[in-house]
Amino acid sequence: MKPAPFAYHRPGSVAEAVTALAGDPGAKVLAGGQSLVPLLSMRLAAPSALVDLNGIAGLDLVEVDATGVRVGALARHADVLASDDVRRVQPLVPLALAHVAHATIRNRGTTVGSLVHADAAAEMPVVLSLLDGSLEVEGPGGRRTIPAGELYVGPLESSVRQDEVAVSAFFPALAPGAGVAFEEIARRHGDYALVGVAALVDGASVKAGFLSVADIPTVVDLSGVADDDLGEAALAQLEPAGGIHSDIHATAAYRAHLVRVLTPRVVRAAKEGT
Amino acid sequence: MTEELLDVRLSVNGTPRPLRVPARRLLSDALRHDLGLTGTHVGCEHGVCGACTVLLDGRPVRSCLVLAVSVDGQEVTTVEGLAEPDGSLGPVQQAFAECHGLQCGFCTPGFLTTITAGLRDNPSPTHEEAREMVAGNLCRCTGYQNIVKAVERAAEIGAEGPS
Repeated sequence: MKPAPFAYHRPGSVAEAVTALAGDPGAKVLAGGQSLVPLLSMRLAAPSALVDLNGIAGLDLVEVDATGVRVGALARHADVLASDDVRRVQPLVPLALAHVAHATIRNRGTTVGSLVHADAAAEMPVVLSLLDGSLEVEGPGGRRTIPAGELYVGPLESSVRQDEVAVSAFFPALAPGAGVAFEEIARRHGDYALVGVAALVDGASVKAGFLSVADIPTVVDLSGVADDDLGEAALAQLEPAGGIHSDIHATAAYRAHLVRVLTPRVVRAAKEGT
Repeated sequence: MTEELLDVRLSVNGTPRPLRVPARRLLSDALRHDLGLTGTHVGCEHGVCGACTVLLDGRPVRSCLVLAVSVDGQEVTTVEGLAEPDGSLGPVQQAFAECHGLQCGFCTPGFLTTITAGLRDNPSPTHEEAREMVAGNLCRCTGYQNIVKAVERAAEIGAEGPS
């Protein structure tokens, strides 16, 4: 239960971090470490080097304007969750963040780190996907913006390249008159959800995002579906989209049941919030 | 292969405690093995049990999920730092003693640090908030009832002012 040895870099700028990553194909980025450090300790991961972002000034920003919320790579979940400005401009962000692990983990873990870790059971990748947000990354060739729809390619796999650093994430603002809601079912408070659902209702448009259902965060369009049919309509789209997975925590059949129960509940709550 | 050692400037319970450790040293092990502060307990060592919780610049974190090199220049408060300056029990410690909030005591350091920060941020929690405050910490003995009572009692002691 101790990490294997690795080289350690503590760059003072993003450019230095990119250089360190480019110089070692086995290097990984360390931000909050709340997913990475246990993987190291259990030796499920053994990178040759860690590039620690914690010494880079200015990456902990949480910027809010009328267009949305920009969260820097070192902004801790707890800081994003505590921001009244974030809550006002995009309430789905704090609604989901409250379900991210426990407060103690949120004090160290970063929202951008959670997005890049790309765990299909995590809350924030679904939120970014449902809101059509984006991730700003910097690599040897400069910066690029990855739309959420192109970010998640497989279990624990994002389209961020090994020599790129995720600098910030952007969550678009909630449109006037639109509503959002979030709910999840977990065996224990603060634990990974068996199924979680986020909903966005904007006029006639109804969309729902699902975590812990398929291998990647999955968004389905439920516009025009009658309230009573929301669960079945979601399932009809989720099953071909990659399947509902079974694991030690829940069977696919039980997850499908939770989708049927949670989808109408969360969509209704989002409509009430409009 | 000899592992490279790195200098870490850490302040622990108000005292500068410089360290020279490999990059892979967990903060929990740096506190216990390198600094001899064995009050911080290591239970699961992967961030689930909460026994190793310390305050990093005043905020609770799992010391087993933090590399010591990563918190260079920061202030750590361990359970050893929660007593009053004269050595008597701090308010949360006193409440645990009064409410029988511990049995074997293994998980207690993590509860004490977590609750100390929790009551600083929310000095008069509701019963639900008191439960929520300790929801990330596991205790295998007590069944939690007396721990939640201890949170509420510590809030009372805090409201009464310094004893």
